[in-house]
Amino acid sequence: MTTSPRTDDRVDPEIYEPAEARPAGELTRRDFVQVLGAGLLISVAGEAALGQRRPGGRGGGFFGRGPTTVAARLHIDRDGSITLLTGKVEAGQGSRAEITQAAAEELRLDAGRIRLIMADTGLVPDDGVTAGSGTTPRTIPAVRSAAAAARELLLDVAAERWQVERKALRVRDGAVADEAAKRTIAYAELAQGEDLAKAFARQIPANLAVTPVSEWKVLGTSLARPNRRELVTGAHRFPSDVVRPGMLYGKILRPPSFGATLTSIDLAPARALPGVVVFREGSFAGCAAPSLFQAEQAVAALGKTARWESRPQPSSKEFFGNLRKNAAASGSPLEAELARAKQVLHESYEVAYIQHAPLEPRAAVAEWDGGKLTVWTGSQNPFGVRGELAAALGLSAEQVHVIVPDTGGGYGGKHTGEVAVEAARLARAAGHPVSLRWSREEEFTWAYFRPAGLIEIRAGLDAAGALVAWDFINVNSGGSAIEPPYDIPHSQTRFLRAAAPLRQGSYRALAATANHFARESFMDELAHAAQADPLSFRLRCLKNERLRAVLQQAAQEFGWAERWPRRSATTGVGLACGTEKGSYVAACAEVQLDRSHGTIQVRQVCQAFECGAILNPGNLLAQVQGCVVMGLGGALTEEIHFNDGMILNPHFATYAVPRFKDAPQIDVHLLNRADLPPAGAGETPIVAVAPAVANAVFHASGVRIRSMPIRGKALET
Amino acid sequence: MNPSITLIVNGTARTVTTGSDRTLLDVLREDLQLTGTKYGCGEGLCGACTVLVDGKKVHACREPAAGMDGKSITTIEGLARGDALHSVQEAFLAEGAMQCGYCTPGMILAAMALLNHNPHPTDEQILDWMNGNLCRCGGYTRILRAIRRAAGQPVEASRS
Repeated sequence: MTTSPRTDDRVDPEIYEPAEARPAGELTRRDFVQVLGAGLLISVAGEAALGQRRPGGRGGGFFGRGPTTVAARLHIDRDGSITLLTGKVEAGQGSRAEITQAAAEELRLDAGRIRLIMADTGLVPDDGVTAGSGTTPRTIPAVRSAAAAARELLLDVAAERWQVERKALRVRDGAVADEAAKRTIAYAELAQGEDLAKAFARQIPANLAVTPVSEWKVLGTSLARPNRRELVTGAHRFPSDVVRPGMLYGKILRPPSFGATLTSIDLAPARALPGVVVFREGSFAGCAAPSLFQAEQAVAALGKTARWESRPQPSSKEFFGNLRKNAAASGSPLEAELARAKQVLHESYEVAYIQHAPLEPRAAVAEWDGGKLTVWTGSQNPFGVRGELAAALGLSAEQVHVIVPDTGGGYGGKHTGEVAVEAARLARAAGHPVSLRWSREEEFTWAYFRPAGLIEIRAGLDAAGALVAWDFINVNSGGSAIEPPYDIPHSQTRFLRAAAPLRQGSYRALAATANHFARESFMDELAHAAQADPLSFRLRCLKNERLRAVLQQAAQEFGWAERWPRRSATTGVGLACGTEKGSYVAACAEVQLDRSHGTIQVRQVCQAFECGAILNPGNLLAQVQGCVVMGLGGALTEEIHFNDGMILNPHFATYAVPRFKDAPQIDVHLLNRADLPPAGAGETPIVAVAPAVANAVFHASGVRIRSMPIRGKALET
Repeated sequence: MNPSITLIVNGTARTVTTGSDRTLLDVLREDLQLTGTKYGCGEGLCGACTVLVDGKKVHACREPAAGMDGKSITTIEGLARGDALHSVQEAFLAEGAMQCGYCTPGMILAAMALLNHNPHPTDEQILDWMNGNLCRCGGYTRILRAIRRAAGQPVEASRS
């Protein structure tokens, strides 16, 4: 396996916990009151104590530290306005609405009364990176607990003021009511006194009862995104839209290939351009200028004088051969079991490197004020970026303030802060705020990739066609959802790391997509070998009731029983199912093939999905629809080609993502399990799309395509 | 000496002095601070920078600003009349046709350009017209519904 100098900066925060490096900064009372206005006096003593108890927390880890006091989560102003605080980010997945709903539910308020401040490290608790479907199972319960605690404290204070039994009081519509005495006191009025401030400075009690699903009035409804109006009017400032007084526009000189080092450069021609600031340190060089165009001109001038030393780098063409050698060398721990099987199948599947390609590329505006740094940036990990900035610029975390405005897409691609660091370096050199936005080509080249992988599976069927042995190896792409959900007497799964030729990291659902693609394609191959219907073959070895339920629902809604026998050479149907991060999905797809051109058109995807109790049906539907469309990109067209340290297709012209005409008819069936805790839903609905399509292609053509993307060229006749 | 150009932006004449090679997108965003028009690819392949020039759909990232002298430009900021949103904006809100929302201004302006010249488009015509606008969140189903709604058509697909 070729080694790469770029393996050192691999990023995979969902597999590797970020290193805890330095003490976390704490919000001071003064800062808080300045921003939120007068009202409650905020005590952060509990927070600081926690910080000391866990020394060295850099923040932005998978779970974050969360708040310990009610006040660190929730603020009630004397005018009655309610401010909720979270370290989570909104990048289109619907967290802003759902977190707002969680607090409104417990406070017995209309959601419109709550203002939610997100991802401002100067104000909010560290709720961890916005990733891994974690907002629903961790942040939503934390917000519900804090809001429920606040509600109980409001009752305590009202009872104390009125000198009545607390249990005689009720909370409704933003006020405490004493029904016997026919009087109410608004939260605003309760916020006038020091007594409530003192109460809110208390710790959030553990195991506080929250409102049961059967009594939900705000949760469980389709609250629309609270700042939607600003999105349709252009008023919302995304990270790349932030404008600061005296701001310059930045541009970075990129190496010609990965791993190249800058050996010499003449800065003078760029410096001679009017208004241009040039900065170089080691292999990092960039310019800032009054317009982006001028900055680009200046960087072009730098590029003409730059001399680089490159080292040979691997190419996508040889990469899979290398992975295959790794897999082959590992042998099978189930040789004996496989030898006893009546039939053994052995196949391998390839999954290409792909990019997230969020429509808003990485962007940051950095502004220095003396030794303090403020950065507005698009990241899923505000506290992690604060730590990156502090480490890169020799600052303490207290000197760095990161603000993440609602961002133009993430999909697991924005866990890191490289653009923030670049903007901060340029801004420090320029003595002005600097706005830096990566170009599409930079985004395709210098952002981290979803890891490619090779998956090799061996499985055995007994004389009755039952699955008896399963040996599954994933090389490089990851271990998410690697365990089969099926009941198999002998099963081994392994994830082998490989030296990665590209910088790789998280992506929506991580390797669950690759592992489901291979597993569910292979299940289809086994069903074919056993001469069984793919649905009944799966159900025969599937005991998990939740997965059975979505599989049967999808099949029924799609009309599987009628459509599966009606195969034609150009139209096929396929299905796939799976589970990851506590939610369950099954998809049925219909494809239409044009074998003279090798094209695959997905005409319909019918998907059933279950993630416990549904927090917001409208948002959930959008997430599932979005996963289907995004999943079709990785299934059919998306693929990064690289050679000797260069990305060969860093443009939408050569890297095709799904467009309007590619979107099939999408039928989504949401199963609401109000008896089960809600699980996150922004990722798992992507995993069954590609295998359902591959299985449908086989159904029509008899050609099994064992790669993502599913290249239709193999169909050409 | 850089030349001056005058753009009629959202009904107001705006004169900017600028180098001749800059794009309309950069001038809108940097000189006029109209940041509702987005950068997405710089190649006219994603539609995030869609604006209307004399009522027609244009990719601002590919359009030299110098060629815009005297032309009438509509950006997302110019659609609402006071608190009253344009019917296409209202349709996007009614259908919840945005996830991250970064593609939304370009989607709305592209849809307006379509409806300006074809007030009753078929689904096929909508898809043809909108195919140059990317939504990476995969919200095409709802955006299509919003455009049908803005055109006064039933929002549900007619099943073929």
